[in-house]
Amino acid sequence: MSAEESGPAGSAALSGWEGRKGPADDNFVQLLSPAGERLSNPEYDSWIEDLSDQDLLGYYEDMVVVRRIDTEATALQRQGQLALWAPLLGQEAAQIGSARALQPADFVFPSYRENGVAYVRGIDLVNSLRIWRGNTHGGWDPYEFNMATPQIIIGAQTLHATGYAMGVVNDGADSAVITYFGDGASSQGDVNEAMVFAASFQAPVVFFCQNNHWAISEPVGLQAHQAIADRAPGFGIPSMRVDGNDVLAVLAATRIALDRARNGGGPSFIEAVTYRMGPHTTADDPTRYRDANELEDWAAKDPITRLGALLDAKGLLTEEAKAAVQAKADQVAKDLRANTISLPEPEALQVFDNVYSEPHSALERQREHYQHYLAGFGPAENTAAEGAHR
Amino acid sequence: MSQLTFGRAINAGLRKAMERDAKVVLMGEDIGKLGGVFRITDGLQKDFGAHRVIDTPLAESGIMGTAVGLAFRGYRPVVEIQFDGFIYPAFDQIVAQVAKLHYRTQGKVKMPITIRVPFGGGIGSPEHHSESPEAYFTHTSGLRVVSVSNPQDAYIMIQQAIASDDPVLYFEPKRRYHTKGEVDESIDLSTAPALGSARVVSSGSDVTLVAYGPLVATANDVALAAADEGISVEVIDLRSLSPIDFPPIEASVRKTGRLVVAHEASQTGGLGAELAASITERCFNYLEAAPVRVTGFDVPYPPSKLEKHHVPDLDRILDGIDRAMGRPNSLSGLTGQEGSSQS
Ligand SMILES: Cc1ncc(C[n+]2csc(CCOP(=O)(O)OP(=O)(O)O)c2C)c(N)n1
Repeated sequence: MSAEESGPAGSAALSGWEGRKGPADDNFVQLLSPAGERLSNPEYDSWIEDLSDQDLLGYYEDMVVVRRIDTEATALQRQGQLALWAPLLGQEAAQIGSARALQPADFVFPSYRENGVAYVRGIDLVNSLRIWRGNTHGGWDPYEFNMATPQIIIGAQTLHATGYAMGVVNDGADSAVITYFGDGASSQGDVNEAMVFAASFQAPVVFFCQNNHWAISEPVGLQAHQAIADRAPGFGIPSMRVDGNDVLAVLAATRIALDRARNGGGPSFIEAVTYRMGPHTTADDPTRYRDANELEDWAAKDPITRLGALLDAKGLLTEEAKAAVQAKADQVAKDLRANTISLPEPEALQVFDNVYSEPHSALERQREHYQHYLAGFGPAENTAAEGAHR
Repeated sequence: MSQLTFGRAINAGLRKAMERDAKVVLMGEDIGKLGGVFRITDGLQKDFGAHRVIDTPLAESGIMGTAVGLAFRGYRPVVEIQFDGFIYPAFDQIVAQVAKLHYRTQGKVKMPITIRVPFGGGIGSPEHHSESPEAYFTHTSGLRVVSVSNPQDAYIMIQQAIASDDPVLYFEPKRRYHTKGEVDESIDLSTAPALGSARVVSSGSDVTLVAYGPLVATANDVALAAADEGISVEVIDLRSLSPIDFPPIEASVRKTGRLVVAHEASQTGGLGAELAASITERCFNYLEAAPVRVTGFDVPYPPSKLEKHHVPDLDRILDGIDRAMGRPNSLSGLTGQEGSSQS
């Protein structure tokens, strides 16, 4: 049978590819309603009953600060100080809730949007901005903060996390590993292979999927017809699906998963159902692909407003407390701006640094030649300016 | 004739190919409503439907592997890889399946897949967004590899690539997407230069400068700057990286006696090495100097604040021409260098 006979390329034959529907959004664990009411859940409550008022205020402050960092970084990008920025606007609870569950010895393998997690790990965000400014690919020493530098290849970090966790088991250590990735990433082979390995070796790794509904312009329905959390059990990995805009639910789920990891229970999967309120990056135009109504619906589920309402009801969000949080956020933003703008230009020969850890003759030769070449432009010349010719 | 940007020219070529043949389907991440991150497929989903302009799940190996299945079935998939650095998850499918199926099936199964890859640097992007991975593919038998350097070629060659029964990697110089040029949309494909042919862009008599993709424009600037100094440069746009169209290059080198090759990809094992070796074999008796390569360094593509050093620019290529001409150059004075002994 020829292809002509069997496979017409007309629209009718393939129209079933259209009209994809994503998994429902309301089938998840929620401990804090959008209106800020504390909802009880017998399985999860015990994991957060130790929280003090101070803790709650702390999470609120974290979220306000990272949102403020986003605003500042976006402004810096618009002013030409950053080449690009990937905002996490709307995902504050998913990041703060999960990161606050971690202990210092736990290791984090992020994607590129985990600035909230980096903030909680104690990383000065100027080190993140250095990357987006184009000064470096790295930004910080992963071993200093137990957090790998951002990963741009979608999904690759989940395998790194799993391997690291296998090492943790070999070493007889009791720390855990967490890896962050998106709904889009869940389609990648790497993520699926990471789950196979994690289950096979009972690696203490938490797969933390921030389902923010969009992979650039592609809706989650294109990646998954059923909840993404439903896949993990097929790999032999228990999973939880939580409201990702609910910092308490995220915290509780991550604590459950980390506890399992530390106690020899192997990997866990968490799908945090959240929403990317901003563009994918500052180079993106979401009006081309997404409905303004959708944005409005999600604005009503805002993670910060929600915790704010709870704090308010408890009488904790006094004018004074609010002002203190705002002052902290403004200070962080101010420092971030100043430190970013004053970053020195990288020196030309840095282009050859750290390619190998031991001398490499071919590269040494290229470095020497290029140095000689640059010297031809005069003593102060560090840059091979276009048009500098003779 | 119309004035089109590079990006619009590719878009127009895709549209033509889709109108001509209902088996042509586009596949990739974000190519539908968004029109791709570079908007190259802008408007095509609206006009041809989601079954022919397919937004795929975010999985390059998946995209490429399903394109193989569609080709098996008689379709002509045109795959968009979002950025050069993201082609690697698809590498296995490309080199082990796309490239080999025709051979493996004794010619029974054709793989008329076009793989569009925005490549090269110069746009200030983060890691994995500026690479030049073409040599991996020119090293693989069964693939054709081309790179376009101007809107007219872009328009014609995308249609030729799609019409080819072989798989074609079509490398688009992303930093030139907004460059405008004359495009004759009425052109008859059968009379256009063949997909595998090189093109002499400007003639000269002292040195042959071979470039492709984004560096062709730079090479033209080099020829003008060199002319000011009395050096006559013949610029050749390779257009096809596999197979390489050697006769025009040989003819040029026999005339000039000197060869300079420029590309953004790293030097070792790159196309420059292939050209230098092949031209030395074919034109040894005509060469007045060793072929010279001006390339990216053997380093990972650096952070954007350093890319101006890595990517060959006007001055570095002129310096390479000085080396080929035996004039004082940046290597002069360095011991053990051809450049120094000649100066
Ligand atoms: C292997 C690979 N393919 C494509 C890209 C380009 N890209 C960058 S982010 C992105 C969308 C990712 O979506 P998701 O995994 O849902 O994460 P989110 O950005 O929503 O956090 C794409 C396609 C990439 N970085 N890596």
